[in-house]
Amino acid sequence: MINKVVSGADEAIKDIESGMTLMLGGFGLCGIPENCIAALVRKGVDRLTCISNNAGVDDFGIGLMLKQRQVKKMISSYVGENAEFERQLLSNELEVELIPQGTLATRCMAAGYGMPAIFTPAGVGTEVAEGKEVRNFNGKDYLMEMAFKADFAIVKAWKGDTAGNLIYRSTARNFNPVMAMAGKITIAEVEHLVEPGELDPDQIHTPGIYVHRIFEGSDYEKRIEQRTVRTK
Amino acid sequence: MLDKTGIAKRIAKEIKDGYYVNLGIGIPTLVANYIPEGINVVLQSENGLLGMGPFPFDGEEDPDLINAGKQTITTLPGSAIFDSAMSFGMIRSQKVDLTILGAMEVSENGDIANWKIPGKMVKGMGGAMDLVASAKNIIVAMQHVNKAGESKLLTQCSLPLTGVRCVKKIVTELAVLEIAENGGFRLLERAPGVSVEEIKNATSGKLIIEGEIPEMTI
Repeated sequence: MINKVVSGADEAIKDIESGMTLMLGGFGLCGIPENCIAALVRKGVDRLTCISNNAGVDDFGIGLMLKQRQVKKMISSYVGENAEFERQLLSNELEVELIPQGTLATRCMAAGYGMPAIFTPAGVGTEVAEGKEVRNFNGKDYLMEMAFKADFAIVKAWKGDTAGNLIYRSTARNFNPVMAMAGKITIAEVEHLVEPGELDPDQIHTPGIYVHRIFEGSDYEKRIEQRTVRTK
Repeated sequence: MLDKTGIAKRIAKEIKDGYYVNLGIGIPTLVANYIPEGINVVLQSENGLLGMGPFPFDGEEDPDLINAGKQTITTLPGSAIFDSAMSFGMIRSQKVDLTILGAMEVSENGDIANWKIPGKMVKGMGGAMDLVASAKNIIVAMQHVNKAGESKLLTQCSLPLTGVRCVKKIVTELAVLEIAENGGFRLLERAPGVSVEEIKNATSGKLIIEGEIPEMTI
């Protein structure tokens, strides 16, 4: 088995440079690569383009990178939970490209499946369609959307083995599998790193071929954005 | 006139046994509380879950288990988890039977605007554009008029669109209406105590009134 293990987040991101394009997995704060985000903040690279469904909150997730002014452009579907984000956007310090969530996921998927583009009806007849090719199939219009290109994809999984095979847990899966497939270099941080053979091949969500570096993360905060409960 | 709960209760009556349903944020979320007894539905949450259960009991929250509104939730026996691409795959391929969502404006040909107000901070469309572009049945839950007292049922939307010619039905505090084949809001039901005249006054787009309009039952 090929060994993909690196010592930790700092080694995993050591060749990420300013100006690069990164994919970051997660939905809200659920399933985000906490350790790698902390390492990127420590390293201080800037002018990054970040492809991620959301932009974190003021003091967690990608919000930590925004606060350090490390992000030049966000490509997201929803960015509502972050005051610093809003400030930078309104003062033109930050570029934002908002795209439909399914389009975001499928442009990642296309990259991982080796397809240059996809056709989706999402955004037809809206400002999302501006400047894009429209094709009619069976009487319905579709937009051509290009596969993403990212220098690095950074994902978070529940379990992984040293060969890079990944298993996600619950809805922390979200964008992680499609982004894992889409990076030129994919970094996976996992809660539990195990030896080959310990994961059932039938249960693998992301085959190790897509993963270039893996490490066991530590001190996961797993912050909850909207704690909603019922009483017994 | 209906309150938010009343709108949710009326929409719940549209849900049929065996439906897969996607509920948007706001009033649509409330619909889950009023699904009639004996009706089996599966709720889809577009962050990657089929079979969304109720909120967890205090102390049993799982940070890895949230819905598309980022709220902590639970799964149910028979739930399934999947990634975001597959989630929108099942939406795009029309496996989801019914989408219920809120709106800022709806036009008489079924266009919907619900994601952007020029001049205000834009948060994004999330999954709304994907949902409205593909869903075979879309019900909008919203107030009939906005806070300024202006109708939200228009000839043409004034706000940036989320999708075109996609809304099938609208439930407001005043009425149930459907988008007619050739355009126009066909009035189907009045809310309890609401007159046709009141609905006319609150509707800016073309209102189609055919025969006696029954009062809705909830």
